[in-house]
Amino acid sequence: MSIRIAIAQCAPALGAVRRNVDMHMSWIARAKAAGARLVIFPELSLTGYYLKDLAADVACAADDPQLAPIAKASVDLDISAGFVERSADAKLHIAQGHWSGGKLIHVHRKVYLPTYGIFDDGRYFGPGDRFDTYRWAGGTTGVAICEDLWHVSTPYLYAAAGATIVLAPSASPGRGVAEGGDLGTAESCRLMDRFYASYLTVYVVYVNRVGHEDGIAFWGGSEIVAPDGTVAARAPEFDEHLLVGEIDPDLVARERARNPLLRDEREDIVLRNIAGRLGLPFDRRD
Amino acid sequence: MTSALARTGVIRPDPKDPSPLRIDEVLVRKMLVLFIRDETTKARLRRAVVGVSGGVDSAVTVALATEALGPENVLGLFTPYRISSGDSRDHAQQLSEKFGFPLEEVPITEQVDAYFRAPKEKVDRVRIGNKMARERKSIEYDRSWPDGIVLGTSNKTELLLGYGTQFGDMACGINPVGDLYKTQLRELALSIGIPEAIVRKPPTAELWEGQTDEGELGFTYPDADLILYHMVDRRLRPSELIEHGFDAQLVTRIRELVRRNHYKRVMPLIAKLSLRTVGHDFLYPRDWEAD
Repeated sequence: MSIRIAIAQCAPALGAVRRNVDMHMSWIARAKAAGARLVIFPELSLTGYYLKDLAADVACAADDPQLAPIAKASVDLDISAGFVERSADAKLHIAQGHWSGGKLIHVHRKVYLPTYGIFDDGRYFGPGDRFDTYRWAGGTTGVAICEDLWHVSTPYLYAAAGATIVLAPSASPGRGVAEGGDLGTAESCRLMDRFYASYLTVYVVYVNRVGHEDGIAFWGGSEIVAPDGTVAARAPEFDEHLLVGEIDPDLVARERARNPLLRDEREDIVLRNIAGRLGLPFDRRD
Repeated sequence: MTSALARTGVIRPDPKDPSPLRIDEVLVRKMLVLFIRDETTKARLRRAVVGVSGGVDSAVTVALATEALGPENVLGLFTPYRISSGDSRDHAQQLSEKFGFPLEEVPITEQVDAYFRAPKEKVDRVRIGNKMARERKSIEYDRSWPDGIVLGTSNKTELLLGYGTQFGDMACGINPVGDLYKTQLRELALSIGIPEAIVRKPPTAELWEGQTDEGELGFTYPDADLILYHMVDRRLRPSELIEHGFDAQLVTRIRELVRRNHYKRVMPLIAKLSLRTVGHDFLYPRDWEAD
């Protein structure tokens, strides 16, 4: 049985949380009307991305009343949305929450905070420290927020832990306009999505935003890539778009039967290798 | 157009190979139109003001603005000084007719000459040129009130070389063409229908008679752009460029212009005193929105 999901390729306002909550409500209504079981928003969809010092102004706890409308709306369909989380010990994190049945069921905190070139995440945020999978109606899932996905180990760890879906909410700035190719960033992202989907036999759900912040354009191009490497659905570049597509658990099973790379994966060797290099104890437990 | 095959090779710094500078004009046009529309709206403005000199940089800027905001929401200002050429006026008018935006002529001769009548000493032509550039910009800002944004027309080559007047032609609300080298801008110009005569004529600021950019700089834009591309975009050191056969004197000169004029590209320095200071550690995005 396929599960229908929707990607809200939207343009959040920078620092205007209430306005963004209202904006989410209208996309949620559209996703619901399209019959989706889950609607996914991009990285920091409730706050905007290049926040700088605004990060502290818009931060809130995961159970803050300003997120209550999102929780309430998740009675009808699951919602994955991005916000700045202020942890109990007052650290700021780039977070993606998953609300289901009126409750927050999972929060992923961005682990890899790009702080180079046009990125300055590490100046304003603290890193997450785990890649945990969780379950919802669509299956076992892991969340990779933007830069998280660029680290090969992230989708690897999720797939190894049993995920069949990797949700990748992003705020990817478009750059690279050389002749004879696609937008440079689009080329890299598509290569990544297809590679992970095919070789880890998972669904990669790439959710990028659009619009501008301080002259930087987010390029959109959200897509759902199936474990056979086919692009199940793809949104246009630069324009707002509700992308609807299907996740088919049977296809995951068929691909893993045909191509049992994950079954044969030797995590023990990976672990022994890394533990040895870092000088950590490693006891093989049979 | 080159074949996609050009992209399959490694990009090498080669003084004889200008192909790394080629751009996807369709993509760039789309990105810049969206940029103008989005950033103008975010500033809660609805019109654009562009100083249209008759040159290629302002031609591209004004054409993109008409596409982004509609020609009726774009004001072109032609601001001649007495030495400005008739060609410049004709070209500005051609653009106005072709892209449908209103063009107004506001001469600056009287105020500039009146100002320089007072000093007793001989005034260097650079001072007069700077005054002209700032006079023009003050008119553009005046005409942008109350709901317009001044569009910048300084290209990446000029910005990097510092070949412009600070708070003069370099001043603007937003700049759609500042990440395009001159040669890239020419390529874009042809693809969006800027008349060839405008694209091909020798670039000049027309700040004094006979002035041309390339004459004053002492090198050509294609040569400078290729060096800047490898130095800035591809992060090669000057010594590496020289090893790859680029002219040593030219590389050194360009590098020095980039360094010396960096002050023109950044906000003025503010003396740090307090616990939180504008520009140092009071860091909010410009597109700071509110509920």
